[in-house]
Amino acid sequence: MAGNAKTSQAAVLPGIIALAIAAVYLIALLAVEKQSLIISLLAVGIIVVIAAAGFGLLDGVSRAFSDHEDALGGFAILALLAVGVFFHEDHFVLLLVTTVLLYSVATLGLNIQFGYAGVLNFAGASFFGIGAYTSAVLNAHTALPHLIVLLIGGLLAALIGSLLLLPVLRTRGHYAAVVTIAFALLFKTFLEVNDVLGGPQGMQVKGMTIMGWSFNDNIEIGKVSLSFYINYFAISVLLLIGAFIVVRRLERSWIGLNLDALRLDETAASCFGLDVVRWKITAFLIGNFLIGVAGAMFGMVGSFVAPNNYTFADSLILVSILLLGGIGNPWGLIVATFIVVVVPEKLQTIQEYRFLLYALLVIGVLLFRPEGLLPRPVRRYFPGWQP
Amino acid sequence: MTALLEARGVVKRFGGVVALDGLDLAVTAGEIIGLIGPNGSGKTTFFNVATGIYAANAGCVMFDGADITRVPARAIYRAGVSRTFQRSRLSLPLSIFDNIMIGNHKRLNQGLWFNLVKRGDFKHEFEASYRAARALVEVFEPALANRMFEPVAGLPMIDRRRIEICRALISEPKLLLLDEPSAGMTHDETAELMNDILIVRERNKDLTIIIVEHEMGVIERITNRCVVLNFGRKIAEGPYRDVAADAQVQEAYLGVA
Ligand SMILES: Nc1ncnc2c1ncn2[C@@H]1O[C@H](COP(=O)(O)OP(=O)(O)O)[C@@H](O)[C@H]1O
Ligand SMILES: [Mg+2]
Repeated sequence: MAGNAKTSQAAVLPGIIALAIAAVYLIALLAVEKQSLIISLLAVGIIVVIAAAGFGLLDGVSRAFSDHEDALGGFAILALLAVGVFFHEDHFVLLLVTTVLLYSVATLGLNIQFGYAGVLNFAGASFFGIGAYTSAVLNAHTALPHLIVLLIGGLLAALIGSLLLLPVLRTRGHYAAVVTIAFALLFKTFLEVNDVLGGPQGMQVKGMTIMGWSFNDNIEIGKVSLSFYINYFAISVLLLIGAFIVVRRLERSWIGLNLDALRLDETAASCFGLDVVRWKITAFLIGNFLIGVAGAMFGMVGSFVAPNNYTFADSLILVSILLLGGIGNPWGLIVATFIVVVVPEKLQTIQEYRFLLYALLVIGVLLFRPEGLLPRPVRRYFPGWQP
Repeated sequence: MTALLEARGVVKRFGGVVALDGLDLAVTAGEIIGLIGPNGSGKTTFFNVATGIYAANAGCVMFDGADITRVPARAIYRAGVSRTFQRSRLSLPLSIFDNIMIGNHKRLNQGLWFNLVKRGDFKHEFEASYRAARALVEVFEPALANRMFEPVAGLPMIDRRRIEICRALISEPKLLLLDEPSAGMTHDETAELMNDILIVRERNKDLTIIIVEHEMGVIERITNRCVVLNFGRKIAEGPYRDVAADAQVQEAYLGVA
């Protein structure tokens, strides 16, 4: 029995190797400027991934992640920090990576809603925008500590989301999805006609300050000068770690089980005591809170908010990240966010066609790998736990 | 003796179809009742009304002294009624353990703080639940007890039926409703499954069971009493031997005039 248990434990090495390769690849992709080089790098990346999948290597990686998540999570943070250190003076790259981190927090929120509870939210970008506008308004008109502003951004997104959806979450079917679509479409118009919020031009957002430390100043350490974005990068890493832990603990608890049960069979779940409405709302609130916090942070990072940044199309991008990454798998979501945010930024030539490419990518994934790049493994309440 | 479950004049209509037509039925604590009748006679509908999936159009259902006619399904489960479904309704992507824990909902701590923050306490509850689920599975199929974290999608129908019964039993209900638990099984598999159910009941003599089953050998062997439905009405009631000899029952089943 003991021997049996040992052999069923996956090796950690494939996970470490995958992370190391991913970090080096990411640094190369971010560093290269020449379009032809970028295209070749992307082609190599795609071929390597397809080959690895073909030889079944990805399964080893995903098993390593499900059995040794804490250790590999540590390595992933190191890999991220390596990226930060490598590009410590590069405004553009740090802003780009920070954007990825905050979008990842938002998609983790969507994942709780859709991936676990099965509630589709097509207004992700709107709730993200609620967070961003919260920082714009509160930083301009109040002296609230900026960490509290982040919190309020999350709470407001949750509050507005629940006012919107409380009536429809009680019904079955996809009414909630339709309501979020309507909200996403209205949100932009609402911002545009609202002069207090700057109308179509949007508003300036004051940068973050925590206990006198201004995030918008470059840092000089001796001869080395660090881009001020390193501040935002660091706090976004922390937010992502926090969101990741919330999602993970949620999934690996009775609550995660409740959400799966109600998504898969509401009737059976209610025959075993589950209060379907209560748990749908809980999932929606927690998800929106994460989206709102990420948006509030993003507002301060970008120093500017405008209606055009929080459209229905942006919400669709968030949903496509979810489909691409592997619904329910937070690792897959982070990978997918990198792909969807970084590739069009680097490949200026495809900027115009990026929606077309997203669409093709999503269709391709749904056809050939319907569970996403990294499918969600069966729940383990404690990684590596053996009976 | 007062009844554990009692239906009085229960009517359930689907459009023009009258699935239950003034059904009266009483079950005493500790009994094993066979609910039999031809296809479409309303057996499953009765389970659905008793567990709160459907609301009765008329009449009432009492359980353990309380009126549960308009009570939501989740509250009826909390009161101690558990069931299986005629067409197996497991959550296929989830593991054996997860599926059984769905049935354990009322005994698990569902607090946000407990689940997200107090991971040490959560681990204790998880380990205790694992042991309980494993012990229950071992009664039905020891081989499955070593595969608790495998998805049920990969299991054959007989194992899925067993897990569905474990899901219904794990919370130690007072009343268990089994809707054709042996559908799709061979004669021997059915006999084995029934023995396993009786083993569980040996340990918990108060467990009351209503079973819908087409194999009359099973009904004869394990039930104290049978209730026969036809067109949503009770047409006979009593020990299996008596109802089997009843002319009306034979007519309902065989169409003998
Ligand atoms: N959800 C439903 N919608 C419409 N008709 C139903 C529904 N459930 C059951 N019925 C009808 O009610 C009658 C009784 O069905 P059921 O209770 O499933 O019978 P049994 O379980 O005894 O075979 C049948 O005529 C069936 O078609
Ligand atoms: Mg039936």
